[in-house]
Amino acid sequence: MQPLRRPDPDPPPTALHEHAAEQLAFIRDAMERAGTFTAVPGWGAVAMGGSALVASAAAALQPSRAQWLAIWVLELGVAVGIGVTAMLRKLRAERSLQARKPLRRFLLAFLPPIWVGALLTVPLYRSDRAELLPAAWLLSYGAAVVSGGAFSVRPVPAMGLAFMALGTVALAAAPAAGDLLLAIGFGGIHIVGGWFVARRYGG
Amino acid sequence: MARHTSARRTDAPANAATEVVAGSPGALALDRVIHERTRLAIVSALAVNDELSFNDLKHLLDLTDGNLSVHARKLEEAGYVACAKGFEGRIPRTLYRLTAEGRRALEAYLGHMEALIRATRAG
Repeated sequence: MQPLRRPDPDPPPTALHEHAAEQLAFIRDAMERAGTFTAVPGWGAVAMGGSALVASAAAALQPSRAQWLAIWVLELGVAVGIGVTAMLRKLRAERSLQARKPLRRFLLAFLPPIWVGALLTVPLYRSDRAELLPAAWLLSYGAAVVSGGAFSVRPVPAMGLAFMALGTVALAAAPAAGDLLLAIGFGGIHIVGGWFVARRYGG
Repeated sequence: MARHTSARRTDAPANAATEVVAGSPGALALDRVIHERTRLAIVSALAVNDELSFNDLKHLLDLTDGNLSVHARKLEEAGYVACAKGFEGRIPRTLYRLTAEGRRALEAYLGHMEALIRATRAG
């Protein structure tokens, strides 16, 4: 969280319209920086956690790796839909159209590690190393949440670190534990962290 | 259990907290409570959040405890901000939120600033 610029205690005299423009810029800046507090919708994360729990249970029942992967790709689409919808609803509810800049900053930090995780999925699956996918997904998603969370409230990067810690465990864990670790991560961490964000920061 | 304190109004009439900008186009009345930059920053930050804690505001605005307390109290007295004091476990927690009156005041202030700029351009 970056502090706002401190107001100049004794600003030089300026023309009235210039002062008005400065005040408007100051308000916009304050709103943009404060808007980072709400870039992440807590209840949306809880819903994403719920869908991940369902997906992990369904994935564990699949007879083949291809079907297992299909379930998680489907879950990715569901989670993105929930996240984007919840974020837009929250921005609209707060009338924080001024929050576009922090949202853009958040996404620019959040999306590259996600892209890395998505790209890694292809060679790992093709080379029959799909047992490494839970670790790759948890680590890349954790990195995304940590970097995006730098522009959000403090619990968000903490959630990211929890994902990365779980991803590190997944690297050393038995392949059979993959679905359980994904359930704990994408399900449990989302639900607990989202609930905390929603209760403490409103929605 | 949080204890909500309703925003208290000052005894002074509402227009006592405004000043007419001499020589300004249309002699606009500025809200002195919001015009001060620290209070303006507090109101702006609260405008895009349901509520913020004392510590969140302090870190966000880079203010000392005393400075934030003074300005938050002035906003509370003007009815622009509501304060709820409570505990999170054993730790005291103070939450601030913008009242409907505070939001209207900010919108009016924004309108005044925009009117000043428009009038200068037109003139």
